[in-house]
Amino acid sequence: MKQRRSTFVLSMLCFGLAFLYIPMILLIIYSFNYSKLVPVWGGFSTRWYTVLFESEEMWAALGLSLRIALVNATFAMILGTLAGIALVRFGRFRGRTLFTGLITAPLVMPEVITGLSLLLLFIALSHAFGWPQRGFTTITIAHITFSMAYVAVIIQSRLSGMGTDLEDAAQDLGARPLRVMFDITLPLLAPGMVAGWLLAFTLSIDDLIIASFVSGPGSNTLPMLIYSRVKVGLRPDINALATIMIVMVSIGVLLACWLMIRQKHLLERDANTK
Amino acid sequence: MNPVNHANHSAGPLVNRLLLRLVELLQSRWKVIVVGIPFFWLLLFFLAPFIIVIKVSLAESIIASPPFSPLYERAEDGALSIRVIFENYSYLWEDDLYINSYINSVKIASVSTVCCLLIGYPMAYCIARSNPTTKNILLMLVILPFWTSFLLRVYAWMGLLADQGTINSLLIWLGVIDEPIRMLYSELAVYIGIVYSYLPFMILPLYANMEKLDVTLDEAAADLGAKPTIAFLTVTLPLTLPGIIAGSLLVFIPATGEFVIPDLLGGGNVLMIGRILSDEFNANSDWPLASAVAIVLLIVLVLPMVLYQRIQARERGNL
Repeated sequence: MKQRRSTFVLSMLCFGLAFLYIPMILLIIYSFNYSKLVPVWGGFSTRWYTVLFESEEMWAALGLSLRIALVNATFAMILGTLAGIALVRFGRFRGRTLFTGLITAPLVMPEVITGLSLLLLFIALSHAFGWPQRGFTTITIAHITFSMAYVAVIIQSRLSGMGTDLEDAAQDLGARPLRVMFDITLPLLAPGMVAGWLLAFTLSIDDLIIASFVSGPGSNTLPMLIYSRVKVGLRPDINALATIMIVMVSIGVLLACWLMIRQKHLLERDANTK
Repeated sequence: MNPVNHANHSAGPLVNRLLLRLVELLQSRWKVIVVGIPFFWLLLFFLAPFIIVIKVSLAESIIASPPFSPLYERAEDGALSIRVIFENYSYLWEDDLYINSYINSVKIASVSTVCCLLIGYPMAYCIARSNPTTKNILLMLVILPFWTSFLLRVYAWMGLLADQGTINSLLIWLGVIDEPIRMLYSELAVYIGIVYSYLPFMILPLYANMEKLDVTLDEAAADLGAKPTIAFLTVTLPLTLPGIIAGSLLVFIPATGEFVIPDLLGGGNVLMIGRILSDEFNANSDWPLASAVAIVLLIVLVLPMVLYQRIQARERGNL
């Protein structure tokens, strides 16, 4: 009886993983298809990669997306870390309930609403002050607003998991609060901050809806360009682009996992030798 | 003495004094700064925009720039007149298109959530009970799609479901069907797209919950004579309920407001409120109506959203 249940669970796992991965594998296979009609196999070819690399529009969109993602990740990391520290370490302060609500709301807010509301704000601002110009600035501000919430969640869980022992010890030894913050808390938070930075970067590179709302004429991010192309049907050069992105993300995730596992092994070995 | 030198001489202490003041300020008020910066950002870029949406939803659509009537006007004698219009909301109520879209969105999101749960629960269970090495690999396999582009994963299904797509070609080649089945641009395609895109959001909270479970509880139930089904229903299921609720909300909330999936996989045939909102705003330039659609969508989702925040807050409290 027990055996039967585990077979069922195991086959569900295989089914689930197949469901997750077969579409991506097919996407990769068809990127090497010579035929212009995506689903019809016309022999192996890398011509769509050449088409992709020669597209200036694509390079421009990639450049804009990368610039936005870099600035966004850095600001979101700083703001999210500040917010996370405030939520876990400061206890009660005035406006805490509102602050908690505001920091978690972007996580569950439907993207169409966030996009619409930010666009209306930007339009009101530029009517009143002539700033901001819609494009790079507005997309970056919008991205920071929702990515900092994700960073704050990561920092929050890391901070509450690590306890206050080391910080208390430093304080007992006479360190001032600000020194404790810079010498103890922030170095301990560093891995969480790196994870937050990476997540913010990915969220920004991936976002279509909010960017399309707040972007201005002429500033197309990579997802916006992809969307405008696939809306009318299948495009072999988009398959090539997808393949490159999947391969790059896989390498990144594999590397991160490998580093994490290695670090864990090293820690375990240290603990054993003591 | 050289006058330039003199100026430098007096500037030195001034800069030093300013720096000292800054350090003092940081020492005494740093907590205010730490809370203040993100707080200010969120007030300006999250709360304020939201208030503007409410304001615009109460305005009248006019042909101008911006295309809505002002909420209050100062007449020449200085009297303030406020014009609030609820027409946008009553319009939503009267036109079947909007009500049907809301109902359809909630229906599609609910069914997709149940499908995600049915697929994701056994997967999370299996991952949580694997040995450490396998567990790491399996977790990585679940997280990997989460880091790849959402848009491109939806696009992958366009290739699978198209009339000449992979599934139809395969079925025709196998001789199961003669004519391609129309799958792309249907409600079925939207269901598949949502389940596919949001499955990791279901698995991860379930896994996080199951990993903390004590395996011996299952064994205890078995030792006391409970059949596996009974043990599952009376022990495992109730204990994993927090994970089930968290995962379901993480799928249900974004799926209800989904825009990309119904647009790319549903074509014009599937009504979902995220698409209606975008159309009203971009195609029809009816900003007040689009704002009203957004506010009503938020009202529909406020209950699950608050529930999710409560659960998250409690989880963090327990840590």
